[in-house]
Parts: sequence; C-alpha cells; structure tokens
Amino acid sequence: MSARDRILGRIRAARGAGVSVTDAERATVENFIREKPRGVGPAMPWEIGPRFREQCIKMASTYDEVATRADVPEAVERYLREKALPLTAVAWPEIASLPWAGIKVEGRPARGDDLVGITGVHLAIAETGTLMFLSGAETYAATSLLPETHIAVVPASRIVASMEDAWAQTREEVSDLPRAVNFVSGPSRTADIEGVLQIGAHGPFRVHVIVVAG
Amino acid sequence: MTTPHASGASTPNTGARPHSTISFKDRAHDRLNDAKVQRAMRNFNLAGARARGVLDLENLEDIRTSAAAIRDRSLAMLDVWLERFEREATRRGVTVHWAESHDDINRITVEIAKANGVKKVIKSKSMVSEESHLNAAIEAAGMKVVETDLGEYIVQLAGETPSHIIAPAIHKNRDDVADLFHEHHKTPRNNDPAVLTMEARKFLREHFLSADMGITGGNFLIAETGSLVLVTNEGNGRMTTTMPRIHVAITGIEKVLGTMEDLSCILRLLTRSATGQSISNYITVNTGPKQAGDSDGPEQMHVIIVDAGRARLLGTDMQEALRCIRCGACMNHCPVYQNIGGHAYGWVYPGPIGSVLTPNYIGLEKALDLPHAATLCNQCGVVCPVKIPLPELMRKLREKQTERGLRPWQERTGLRLWSWLAQRPSLYGLATRVAARLGKSVGGAERTIHRLPGKGWTEGRDMPAPQGKTFRELYAERNRK
Repeated sequence: MSARDRILGRIRAARGAGVSVTDAERATVENFIREKPRGVGPAMPWEIGPRFREQCIKMASTYDEVATRADVPEAVERYLREKALPLTAVAWPEIASLPWAGIKVEGRPARGDDLVGITGVHLAIAETGTLMFLSGAETYAATSLLPETHIAVVPASRIVASMEDAWAQTREEVSDLPRAVNFVSGPSRTADIEGVLQIGAHGPFRVHVIVVAG
Repeated sequence: MTTPHASGASTPNTGARPHSTISFKDRAHDRLNDAKVQRAMRNFNLAGARARGVLDLENLEDIRTSAAAIRDRSLAMLDVWLERFEREATRRGVTVHWAESHDDINRITVEIAKANGVKKVIKSKSMVSEESHLNAAIEAAGMKVVETDLGEYIVQLAGETPSHIIAPAIHKNRDDVADLFHEHHKTPRNNDPAVLTMEARKFLREHFLSADMGITGGNFLIAETGSLVLVTNEGNGRMTTTMPRIHVAITGIEKVLGTMEDLSCILRLLTRSATGQSISNYITVNTGPKQAGDSDGPEQMHVIIVDAGRARLLGTDMQEALRCIRCGACMNHCPVYQNIGGHAYGWVYPGPIGSVLTPNYIGLEKALDLPHAATLCNQCGVVCPVKIPLPELMRKLREKQTERGLRPWQERTGLRLWSWLAQRPSLYGLATRVAARLGKSVGGAERTIHRLPGKGWTEGRDMPAPQGKTFRELYAERNRK
C-alpha cells in the first residue's frame, strides 16, 4: 500500500466512510464544481471605473487614463520622464507593436537587469485594484516581475467587478488555465524589519496603470 | 557570502526544539525577562491593521460564516477533494507526492533535488517545511538552501526559527538585522530598514536567478483546476515559481478548496485578517510546469501533500482546527502572545492556533503547558476568519490532559483534595474560615500578603489579604438582619 493510499484511507476511516471512494461521493464533488456556488461577499454599490482607479491608488499603484491605444506610447514616455526613469523597456509583443517614438521598446522576455517592463492584462478587478495576468508564449510572466518598474496597459472593457467575476470570465475565454495566473495589486512590499512598511521587496518598486478608454 | 544555517540551533532564543517536551513556562519566563523581545512586542500591532482592514466589510460576520462553511465542506470529504485535485494536477503535468511523516517530506524533496542535479535551492515561505526541518535535510545532502521571504532570510542568517507565521523576524530589531547583513554580506553596516530591504533584494536577486530549484509552501490547493495558490507581498513566491527549473510545493492535506469561487471568498478574509490589506500584492495560481512556447516557468512542478498528524484530527472534536488558513490573527490578538512572542511556544505554530495544533501534531504529553498558555479571553475566537472556536479547543485539550492523568502530581492531588472538601459543605466552610482568619493575620497592617507557599503567583506581585470573614459568613449575617 502506498503512502497515498494510507493517507486517503486514514481520512476515510476518520470520517467513517467505506474503504474506497464511491461514485456518489465523486458525483457530489463534480456537481459542486460544475455549479460553482459563490460564497458570501461584500455589497458592491460602486461603479467599476472609479472604484478601480481608487483601489489602484490605495494599493500604491499610480494611475493614468488615455482615450485610445495609440495614445499609450506618449503616456508611457510622459510617466518615465516624470519619474526620471530610463527610456528603454521590454514588453509583451502586443505592446511592442504600438507606434513607439521616444522610447526604445523591445518585444522580448525580461531578464534580471531590465529596468522597465510593459504588459497588457488579461483582466483587471475593480474591487481591489488588481491586475490579472495569464502566462503564455506572448504574455511573459517575468515582464511584470523582474523590472523595477512595471507599466500595465488596461483596456477599460477588461475591468470586472470582483475576483469571482474574473474567474467566471476567464473560464469562458480559456479552456485550461495557463501555467501561471498572477494577480498583482500594486508594487511589492514587506514589513519584515520592525513592521516598518517598505515598498519594493523582490518584485517591482513601481506599478503604473494606464487605462485605455476606447 | 557565508552559507547560512537553518533552524535547529540550540541557544535559548532560537525557537523550536520539536519532539522533545516543550516547557512553555520556562520559555515564557525567559521572554518576559528579555528586554529586546519586550520592545519588539510593544511595536507589534497587526491587530490594529486588521481592525482597520475589516471596516469595509459591512457583512463581515456573514462572510466569516460562509468561509467557515467552505472550509468545513472541504474537510467533510477531504479525500474526495484531494483525489480530484490530484487528478487535475496530474493531467496538467504536476507530479503529486504524498508524505505521511516529516521524514517523508525531507526524503521526497531531497530525492527530487538529487535526481535533477540541483546545487542551489531557493525557498519561499513554508511553515510545513519548518515542521520537518527541511533546510537542515537539504544542507545535509550537500546542497545550499536560501530563504527568500525577507523575514525568513533574516531568521535563517541568525540560525533561528520564525517567531510568527507571517512576520517571522518580528522578534528582531533593525540593529540585529544590520549586524547580520554586515557580517554575512560583507557590506558597510547600516540600520535603516529601507537600505536593508534593498540590500536583501540585491543579494537575493542573484540567488533567484542562479538557483536550480524553488521550494514553496501552498496557501491552497484547488480541486477544480489542480492549481496551487500562493499569497505573498514581497513577490518572492512568484520569483521562486518562475525562475528556477524545478518547483516543489509542500502543503498539508487540509489546504484543499473546491473552486476558484471558494478561493475568492476566503482571500477577502485571509489578507484582511493577516495584515489588514484588502488583498495581498501577489496572488499566484500555478497549474503545472512550463508549457510549449512559454519563455518562463519551471520545467517540473511537484506538489507534496503532507499528512504528518493532520488526519488524526479529522472526525474528532479537534477537526475545526483544520479549517485554519494561517492568517495569524489569533496570535496577533492574543494577550499572552503579545507579551512573550512566538518562540515561547516551542514549535512551529505559536499563539492560540499553536496551542491547539502543537499538542495534536506532536503529542499532548509533549506540550503540557500549551493548552494552558491562554486566558480563554476569546479574542482569538472572535477574530478567526474561519470561526475556529480556539478557547473551546484549548479547554478540551485541558480536559484530555486531566483524563489521561498527564497533569503534574501536585495539581492532581490539589484538585482531588479540593473536590473532596467541596463536597462537604460544613467542612469547607470551616476550612475557608480558618484560611481567611490566617490570611488576615499574615497580611497584618499592610493587608497584603507578599509571599505564598509554592512558586509563581507572588513572585512578581502581592496578594491582597482576606479581611477576616468569608463570603458565606457575610451572607449568613446579612440574612439574619
């Protein structure tokens, strides 16, 4: 008998169930997973756009809005100049293909020494000011992780109310989850030395959100 | 950089001595007289953060009830949920391992590392690996292991163990950290937390980029998708699961949830209860290794599902403890923890949840004081996001100790004597009358008793002396009037 069978056997014995899992038990679990009832959550009496903005700022992200996707390069350049950051970035291919002028943008995965990373998002969550990323061949996970500055381009149509809504929409759009789904809410932080909050632990020091209205 | 040594050190301040008997009283006594621990505990206020953090949840109580029900549903058919998780995870290319004991955890992890020629291991937080002393096992197998959570890193450099499950180095001050970094990094000494954090980032970044294997805990397993969920603020969980070529996650059998809906509900409470945040900076959901075309992610993903005493709690009056989602709120609100810190509890999990889990995991007889390390004030029960009745569970453990005759002979004899006396009202009345008169004369003009026989109660405080008459005498007098 394997360790697996002994552990599962102990659990079954403890709850007074028979030796092997029954079809009825499996059906109970499968039905639950199919139905996916939601737990109790808070009331959400707010509007999605303003709430997302407010919560991004609460989580120490910075926030900007532009009218169209074509306005993104200018907004990025403005931000980088304002913060006196390098005008060189690595980005997801969908972002690298925008009409960049004042900034050098390479569409490749980030390395440990890249300073600015620009990504799109899969979805964003208004309740908590959260960006949701799916890893993939053209949506590199490391771009939002390794560089000190992370800029995310968020189409307004991709902002949903809650994490529950984000999962529901993801299931409609993606058959299997990718290797990594990352929820990012503001820059990385720690308070491990005397409880003093420090922004910028292992992940980015800065998260800049650019919402594209149209 | 000097190779840091993990847990298992033996100096008085370093925490765990698992599987030997834990003397909570002695350990608590040491911490009460340790000025540094006392200063650190006074600065510690995650309870305030939690109080502010839950303000925006008007229906907090309903959400807690819902979260407790979610956890109970998992526990009620734990094996079926685990089997579902295993099937999905396996389909997605995860290798699922099962560990019955702490030794199994270490053996399986070292085997995976050896089979893949691993030289350097980086670790994100894993309390289960603290249970098994995994770092020592990895080092004994000739590999280097580096903790990457800042608090865990500090504790590892110091050769100590965590004193809190989410703030592992809360017992250290900035000067301690400055000394450690100066010694291990060979950098100029600086005690500014901002500078120290940046220095850790720089040193750990090199490890992230050069390690062959990453070890994480697991906040949750999701049966629906076969996913592993990690909740972090620093980003080290993401680093550990993105950069090295092998990822090994270690987590308990009780951590399984049904669906992403369950996860979404529980996360609202986990992060608020832990640090007051409405969400942690990073929630990472890993489902299998790197896929075709991916530029990052590990080539192998392993999940080790650990029993090590947990299944024993199922189906017993202790089962509710397995709901725990490791937020730390119970210790943050515990008046005992707040005064002595985590190392006094002698094993991996401090505070009220530790007082329940430790005796259950390592044996009631090895942690005799722990169920008594509480005032039963129920602050922990009130804040627990999954409504674990912690005072009730500690009281049940006390009962079990008494039933099994595990209490010290003085206590047992004393209680037997008291019970004999209490069943004889006239004799009891006489005994209390004598004691009250005696107490009054000992108290003298000061009306204070400075010393009672036996150790403990009057060492640090005086006892007000009885004033000559017992309650029953006064009551009888009043009725006569």
